[in-house]
Amino acid sequence: MKTVFMRTPTLKDCPTHYCPGCGHGIAHRLIAETIDELGIRGRTIGIAPVGCAVLAYNYLDIDMVEVAHGRPPAVATGMKRTNPDKIIFSYQGDGDLAAIGTAEIIHAAHRGEQITVIFINNAVFGMTGGQMAPTTLLEQVTATTPRGRQTTSEGYPLQVSELLALLPGAIYVERCSLHNPTHVRKAKKAIKHAFELQVSGAQGLSLVEVLSPCPVYWRMTPVKAMEWIEKEMTKVFPLGRLKG
Amino acid sequence: MCGNEALAEAAILAGCDAYFGYPITPQNEIPAYMSRRMPEEGRVFVQSESELAAINMVFGASATGKRAMTTSSSPGISLMQEGISYLAGAELPAVVVNVMRGGPGLGNIAPSQGDYFQATRGGGHGDYRTIVFGPSSVQELVDCMALAFDLADEYRMTVVVLADGILGQMMEPIVLEKKPRRELPPKDWALTGAKGREQNIVRSLWLPEGALEKHNYKLKAKYEQVQKNEVICEQYEVDDAEIIVVAYGVAARIVRGAVTRAREEGIKAGWIRPVTLWPFPTEQISKAADELRIFLVVEMSCGQMVEDVKLAIAGKAPVVFYGRPGGGVPTVDEILERIKQLTIPRNVKCKAKNAKPKLKI
Repeated sequence: MKTVFMRTPTLKDCPTHYCPGCGHGIAHRLIAETIDELGIRGRTIGIAPVGCAVLAYNYLDIDMVEVAHGRPPAVATGMKRTNPDKIIFSYQGDGDLAAIGTAEIIHAAHRGEQITVIFINNAVFGMTGGQMAPTTLLEQVTATTPRGRQTTSEGYPLQVSELLALLPGAIYVERCSLHNPTHVRKAKKAIKHAFELQVSGAQGLSLVEVLSPCPVYWRMTPVKAMEWIEKEMTKVFPLGRLKG
Repeated sequence: MCGNEALAEAAILAGCDAYFGYPITPQNEIPAYMSRRMPEEGRVFVQSESELAAINMVFGASATGKRAMTTSSSPGISLMQEGISYLAGAELPAVVVNVMRGGPGLGNIAPSQGDYFQATRGGGHGDYRTIVFGPSSVQELVDCMALAFDLADEYRMTVVVLADGILGQMMEPIVLEKKPRRELPPKDWALTGAKGREQNIVRSLWLPEGALEKHNYKLKAKYEQVQKNEVICEQYEVDDAEIIVVAYGVAARIVRGAVTRAREEGIKAGWIRPVTLWPFPTEQISKAADELRIFLVVEMSCGQMVEDVKLAIAGKAPVVFYGRPGGGVPTVDEILERIKQLTIPRNVKCKAKNAKPKLKI
């Protein structure tokens, strides 16, 4: 019998704690595949965020650190500057990167740090119970926007990737999605490209934003959640390469 | 060389691989000096966007096994407390210099000792400690840098060097020399890429029931070792003293002058100077309180270390406080005056045997 599909070695052989239909598992796999395909497991250090993916080190078989909410780009800076030969990436959610860690990501990009950022945008704070994130869509009901997000009181969804793409220090910014196999493959390509840039020593920060489902806090079935990404999220967060 | 520059050069001599900092007065000479010297040495200097970022850059460099430090002054150190707590939880070594200024709030830029509580109680959230040095001269500031890096590595914890605006700005002749390192454990926990080995994880989250409690007890055991092994304390003319003045840092230098003058005037005075503020020289002070005498604690604050002195003495002797907060610096005369108020003048005979000295404050 011929094996046509198997677990990639850097992805550990264990069940995850993620909810049914969550996108983290797919995103983890894409990163693990990238690391294995580029053969960089022995020199890669990952940074897990505060949020559902805080336990990413339970699934990714690489050296990893878990840091304070929003600070991964600063921690990555400290790592990369002292270890230019290592491949440093942070894995951050929208609360981590787009709310509490806005200063850190803007300035890491602005300094042109040679790091890779995987930004998971699921339009909600997952781990704390589905509160509004800066990326929450207008009219979206969350634990802290019970009447739906209103521009008058909660402002507009924050398009961080567009902001970052303006900075000369950000050399590659692309927004992808996990809502169907075609887009999963595109996301893989983008993630791999972002890592390749760092491996090649390119001068600057590479970031891939990944629109990812959170069916539990969107109060949808996993299938409906995928449809919602395509129909609603991509309207506010258009897919494609923003820079590089 | 001013104290700020001297401590920066001492850090380089001590093998500091990376410096991360954000400007704040009165320690601006340090990032300026490091921005020039670190690249000369082929090492890392980054001016961060905030103190929050600076301490997290230290966190990152330290997690990979490098020697990293940051410096700041009081308001900036407050911002770093988040990172210091995470460093404690993740058991990462780090050196943090606080060139203290007046507070609370923006306060002023004058020297102060108002951050004693923050430094010696951990400062951030959670159950942890940091080692704290309170040097009183530029030479001692320089000398404690090498020890700070060694202790940080040995115990995998943050070492805070608590200086103040005077020490940072003061110029004194110093001897700068490379000190031999302590024998240090290998950093086999560091994140270096899991080449040919299992993954290393640096973490401070312990979710399963009982896991954090176990981790806290592990940290506690480590802190107890520090308390047992690393106390540094200086004493002067304590044996026959009727009054012992306790002070640290720059305040201790002023106290030294006042005690010398008191001795010249026939007053049996002595001083105790904690060099490590945590671990605190509890035993030394407690022992000194076994004799009948008064303790005067002098600080450039409204009274912080005085609480540790009282805890050490545990009611065995009276403890009086004199301090000047908000940039006020006590003079030798002011302290001498307090010493005189608290002691029995030589020309007055005591009627009762073992009469206690009069407390006039």
